[in-house]
Amino acid sequence: MIQVRELTKKFGPKLAVDTLSFDVQPGRVTGFLGPNGAGKSTTMRMIIGLDKPTSGSAIVNGKRYAEHDAPLCQVGALLEAKAVHTSRSARNHLRALAATHGIGNRRVEEMIELVGLDQVAGKKVGGFSLGMGQRLGIAAALLGDPAVLVLDEPVNGLDPEGVRWVRELLKAKAAEGRTVFVSSHLMSEMAQTAEHIIVIGRGRLLADTPTEDLISSASAKVVAVRAPEASRLAGALAGPDVTVISRSEDSLEVHGLSSAEIGTIALASGVVLHELTPQQASLEEAFMEMTASTVEFHAADIEAPAPAGHIERNPNQ
Amino acid sequence: MSAPTLTMTSDSGPVGGRLPGADIRVTQARVFRSEWLKLITLPSSWYTFFAAAAAMIGIDLLVCWAMNSHWSQMGPMERLTFDPIGHSLRATFMAQLIIGVLGVLFISGEYGTGMIRSTLGAVPRRLPVLWAKLSVFVAATFVVAMVAAFASFFGGQALLGVHGTTLSAPGALRSVFGAALYLCVVSIFSMGIGFAIRNTAGGIATVFGLLLILPGLVQALPHSWEQHIFPYLPSVAGSGIYVVKADPGTLAPWTGFGVFCIWAVAAVIAGSWVLLHRDA
Ligand SMILES: Nc1ncnc2c1ncn2[C@@H]1O[C@H](COP(=O)(O)OP(=O)(O)OP(=O)(O)O)[C@@H](O)[C@H]1O
Ligand SMILES: [Mg+2]
Repeated sequence: MIQVRELTKKFGPKLAVDTLSFDVQPGRVTGFLGPNGAGKSTTMRMIIGLDKPTSGSAIVNGKRYAEHDAPLCQVGALLEAKAVHTSRSARNHLRALAATHGIGNRRVEEMIELVGLDQVAGKKVGGFSLGMGQRLGIAAALLGDPAVLVLDEPVNGLDPEGVRWVRELLKAKAAEGRTVFVSSHLMSEMAQTAEHIIVIGRGRLLADTPTEDLISSASAKVVAVRAPEASRLAGALAGPDVTVISRSEDSLEVHGLSSAEIGTIALASGVVLHELTPQQASLEEAFMEMTASTVEFHAADIEAPAPAGHIERNPNQ
Repeated sequence: MSAPTLTMTSDSGPVGGRLPGADIRVTQARVFRSEWLKLITLPSSWYTFFAAAAAMIGIDLLVCWAMNSHWSQMGPMERLTFDPIGHSLRATFMAQLIIGVLGVLFISGEYGTGMIRSTLGAVPRRLPVLWAKLSVFVAATFVVAMVAAFASFFGGQALLGVHGTTLSAPGALRSVFGAALYLCVVSIFSMGIGFAIRNTAGGIATVFGLLLILPGLVQALPHSWEQHIFPYLPSVAGSGIYVVKADPGTLAPWTGFGVFCIWAVAAVIAGSWVLLHRDA
């Protein structure tokens, strides 16, 4: 269980985390979302005491992280950046971390095997690919069999098989009653993994809600309607907050009315309906809408692609 | 499917931390062990310690051999003030640079690679890491420096032949031990600066600046100032411990060594303040 209370972090004048309060409950995966620079990594670093909060607190299993006698057994953390000396082997890295807690070499070997690094455990970490480094970070996080996992973009750099493996691992750890707190930029990725989602933007809390609710609220009121007398129905549906878009001769897209309301109106005006389908807005769209006002780093719009045949090709190819 | 219970830990008891093996927790002794593992698993530690010992012994022997073969060309005054002990420990000055670089790197290497986040994640109280790093590195320096100092002395005296001396000569034992002790304090000093500056280039520049460049700058001051400052500079105060025939105006060997230790303690205090107060 993680309890974040009024957590605030300033870097000079820059307010990275702004009076953030939330709980991360055990027994489920909690996703932590926000656009670039929202303050996710900073919040996670404050939870494990690497950054000192300007004010407020982060409590893990009843105490500040640093106050635990065996911190690695309370929280296993994977941070955004590599946190390994490049000239040391993966095995020696894990052994040195394990040694601080009196954790034996057998556990180290088990973790190496679990993350699939057996072949390269004796090699210098400096030569590792992004995904191998990420696996080593996960092995380090699991070393103390922690009750809480704090993982900053754990699937970053993993291949599809690795992504699935992490997803299963997180779910399994949560099912064992552990607290699993994972950050990501991708709402769609989180929707598959997390039961609960916390969204922040510019350091402030935007949402703290079950994933299901987020999905249903994301389904904006857009309903696809098919009716032989589409134009007559469109007239009947018209109203101040309603927009009706004619898709074809017999189909409409209705904004601003629920499917129940449309059905009622259709019956009242004697129009036959062939289809009445609420459209799911994509989660990604909902996320972008929610965080739109807080996005700091807008990319310039990509110019429309050149017509086919005019795409420049690399002359060396 | 039944609804998930969110309060499962309160009935099923705490999860996690159920590793085999007794008493899993952080202790200072375990942090020592961890830092020792870290030191010996970096190939560069071995090369650098070897380089420090080889440079110290090699240069000292070369100096003694050269002195011996030039004896016939020396003037009578030079022969009278000839310092066989000093010549056999001449390269201590050189070795301190290598030890200083290694001391800074032992700390700044962790910041540069991000390893420090793993280290402080495992030991979030932080100060045990500083004690462990200091102890482990000073112990290694002590062994290497002691071997190198005695090898230099005995090898050097052998090459000086009839102009050499023995360990029972006045000040000889203190000087040889002193050379090793001096290098140990250099290692503490440079680690303190490593913790305070955290960055390799800046840390090495600071160590070199304080040990090598500062004495030269102070000597350029007016004499009335210089004589009150110069003897207290870290390398000037500290080096008296491995010199038998001290320059006039320098502190007594153990007094000077004490002053150098105060410099090292100051560097460690600055380093621990930064370690405890700055974000990792
Ligand atoms: N050490 C630091 N010094 C100064 N500013 C910082 C520091 N660390 C983070 N910041 C700033 O704080 C804000 C939050 O950064 P943080 O890395 O926590 O965001 P994030 O949500 O993890 O972003 P991303 O999705 O890109 O990983 C950013 O504006 C960043 O520039
Ligand atoms: Mg981040």
